Amino acid sequence: MREFTLQMPHSVNAGSASKAAAKAASLFPLAVNALIFEAGGRRLIDRLDLTLSAAGTTILMGPNGAGKSLLLRLLHGLILPSDGTISWGGKQPDRDIQRRQALVFQKPVLLRRSVTDNIDFVLRLHGQADAERRQELLARVGLLELAHQPARRLSGGEQQRLALARALATRPEVLLLDEPTSSLDPASVLMIEQIVRETAARGVKVIFVTHDIGQARRLADDVVFLHRGSVAEHAPAAAFFSNPSSSVARDFLAGRIIL
Amino acid sequence: MYILHSCGNLRNKRCNLQDFAEAFRLAFGLVLSGDRDLFEIIVLSLQVSLSALMISCVIGFTLGTLVAVTRFPGRGLAVVTFNTLMGLPPVVVGLLVYLLLSRAGPLGTLGLLYTPTAMIIAQAILITPIVAALTRQIIEDLFSEYDELFQSLGLSVWQAMGALLWDARYSLITVALAGFGRAIAEVGAVMIVGGNIDHLTRVMTTAIALETSKGDLALALALGIVLLAISMTVNALALSMRATAARQAYA
Ligand SMILES: Nc1ncnc2c1ncn2[C@@H]1O[C@H](COP(=O)(O)OP(=O)(O)O)[C@@H](O)[C@H]1O
Ligand SMILES: [Mg+2]
Repeated sequence: MREFTLQMPHSVNAGSASKAAAKAASLFPLAVNALIFEAGGRRLIDRLDLTLSAAGTTILMGPNGAGKSLLLRLLHGLILPSDGTISWGGKQPDRDIQRRQALVFQKPVLLRRSVTDNIDFVLRLHGQADAERRQELLARVGLLELAHQPARRLSGGEQQRLALARALATRPEVLLLDEPTSSLDPASVLMIEQIVRETAARGVKVIFVTHDIGQARRLADDVVFLHRGSVAEHAPAAAFFSNPSSSVARDFLAGRIIL
Repeated sequence: MYILHSCGNLRNKRCNLQDFAEAFRLAFGLVLSGDRDLFEIIVLSLQVSLSALMISCVIGFTLGTLVAVTRFPGRGLAVVTFNTLMGLPPVVVGLLVYLLLSRAGPLGTLGLLYTPTAMIIAQAILITPIVAALTRQIIEDLFSEYDELFQSLGLSVWQAMGALLWDARYSLITVALAGFGRAIAEVGAVMIVGGNIDHLTRVMTTAIALETSKGDLALALALGIVLLAISMTVNALALSMRATAARQAYA
């Protein structure tokens, strides 16, 4: 365990979200209305309704195949709904909105370049290539010593931390994470959770997919529980964990198998 | 093959093992002594094929990548066309370029026929489809992995193409080597549009063909040895490129 990860410099993303939000209209509330996504003759997202506010960390939970990853892609605008609407502060997902968000994939997608170049690539895209900021980001995810390694030679946990640093490099207003810590080493899980908490504390909206109940408890302000492509329950974390109102969420929390 | 063929044609020379041994001895002698005619031919061959390769890489990398990352009507046709043109017979390319550049042809006024430029054009036409088709394959595989990331980051098509070309660099060098190997070993096209003129358009392959038919096996063999050495070098480079890529986990 590396202790320094718990006392990271606090300047990396400070104030960026509020500054950007002052320039452009807010992305919140996020309103999803009767959302449908069909593929291969199957309805995978089924008349899903959801409203999220700008505050805090929303945990997206649900059994495998519930449609969590699909919903995240739809929200980010990577795929288009078959029907229904998604509105970020009144606007449909488009390129501009996409650029104000960052997505961390379940399986990190890293460029075939060094750790440093992976960060610089994104910094350059945003017109702010800056060695100092890159070093700060790398320090924050504990990868300074590995800066010159080819990114794809890193361990799974290191790769995901790099993907997270790269996501933060874009100074997103919304951070979307799709089970970023599934099958990672505990040290990386802790580090990623800590960074996510810090990021949320700076006013960045975090939407975090997990099916790890412990992780959900550690991070959630509110929980959206998905089942078969629609929202079975959306509740503040305390209420959700102490007294879930839906039977599927109750079964899930009790460790029972959900069909 | 040429050697055996020419043996059959040589009436006043007895074709036996001693002649072969002698030819090999002379050939190595020519290579090792740095024979001027030999080196002139080698240098011109390299100039022509490397120039053709450069042109083919600029066009082929761009076209291949463009087709890999975009979706447009007729895209399937473009892919099939690249793949079909990969197997273009060199003599057919030679013939087409000849018709294009001959005095009566559309580009006849340029007076390019029987010049190294004509040979560069012919070889470029021959290997551009190879470079484009292989590039498309490589970039498409890479793009399927990067696509969502690039979308998420809001990259333009040009930015995506640049990033893909850079990340595929080791594989693309291998593609270039394959194109070069085909160009330097090709004889039909350069023979037709270059004319195998001594000190002007004579390259290794056309010289080998000529010297063999004349019965000067030593020069033909010397050139054959050089050609073989170049081919081996190209393959060794391709192999080491793959090893480097694997070692760096860039592949
Ligand atoms: N592009 C697609 N075409 C067809 N089916 C898909 C596609 N993407 C996902 N699915 C299916 O949709 C369901 C939900 O997938 P996903 O959102 O990945 O679930 P999870 O909640 O585990 O993230 C799964 O049954 C999956 O097989
Ligand atoms: Mg998933």
